[in-house]
Amino acid sequence: MSDTTLEKSGVGPVEGASLYDADNPAPVIEAPRKRTAKTPRSTRGNFEMAAWLFMRLSGVVLVVLVITHLLIQLVLDGGVSKIGFAFVAGRWASPFWQVWDLLMLWLAMLHGANGLRTVINDYAERPNTRLWLKGLLYTATVFTILLGTLVIFTFDPNIR
Amino acid sequence: MPAGTLYRGREGMWSWVAHRVTGVLIFFFLFVHVLDTALVRVSPEAYDEVVATYKTPIVALLEYGLVAAILFHALNGLRVIAVDFWSKGPRYQKQMLWTVVGVWVVLMVGALYPVLGHAVRELFGS
Ligand code: HEM
Ligand code: HEM
Repeated sequence: MSDTTLEKSGVGPVEGASLYDADNPAPVIEAPRKRTAKTPRSTRGNFEMAAWLFMRLSGVVLVVLVITHLLIQLVLDGGVSKIGFAFVAGRWASPFWQVWDLLMLWLAMLHGANGLRTVINDYAERPNTRLWLKGLLYTATVFTILLGTLVIFTFDPNIR
Repeated sequence: MPAGTLYRGREGMWSWVAHRVTGVLIFFFLFVHVLDTALVRVSPEAYDEVVATYKTPIVALLEYGLVAAILFHALNGLRVIAVDFWSKGPRYQKQMLWTVVGVWVVLMVGALYPVLGHAVRELFGS
């Protein structure tokens, strides 16, 4: 290695001065995967990021909603033994618990469905299998959310 | 276990497996749960009949299992959120996991009597 080879190398001798300085800056190397005018527009939007954030936000809210629900249903006031039509009628007489259950229904179903979508994406490899499993998942999710919502809004304590 | 991996076969992987399994279980439970609750729109008798099965000793055991799944998923979910959003989260992920396990054990012991007490009374007389 002598100093007489290539004058303009980006790699200076290890202990020598750099070839570049403030007045003679090194050429800019673009960051990998940087978006430029030539990059095609993303067609996916930020859906995955929104889903990721939703899992966390809904999770925090669900801790309060679901654990209180379990405390009321399984622990307080005699545990499961007290549950029956009359008990439900008493609870849904209050708009507070109606809204509570509605929120819990929507958040838990959407959180769980999105979680299951991830699981399907991870394990089902054939495009057809994925399509069918997700179709089944979305159908069951929409059905459950609609049914649960309907039940809360149309509950009738004097059904008989 | 292959050497030189920070994740595979260690606590982080197993907590992820448990989080996934409990999440899927809870989802299936919720599906059935909304169906059985919908019976209040059929008749009080139909609803009470199905809820009666919820009060049998075997189902009480399943309920205890459900509580176990929910509590783990909820506590570990908070840990995952802390790892993602708290600047020191990743550094303390292991300590947080053992905290999750500890709190979970305490809560599960606390849930023993409220959730299973009636089943024990039914099986062995009051
Ligand atoms: C074995 C444990 C459980 C019991 C005994 C139970 C009991 C009940 C009862 C009696 C109701 C009627 C309304 C009310 O009282 O608020 C109800 C509704 C509801 N529960 Fe639970 N619950 C349990 C676990 C859960 C869990 C783990 C979740 C969430 C993941 C959940 C989510 C809901 C929802 C969303 C509703 C409203 C249903 C609708 O819109 O028709 N429950 N539950
Ligand atoms: C009790 C409060 C809850 C908290 C704090 C919570 C938290 C979380 C978090 C943070 C994730 C994302 C994990 C990740 O991205 O690695 C997640 C995933 C998941 N959750 Fe929950 N969750 C809760 C309740 C529920 C309920 C009620 C269900 C079912 C209806 C559920 C089902 C799932 C499923 C299936 C996944 C996907 C698991 C995976 O991809 O491995 N979670 N949860």
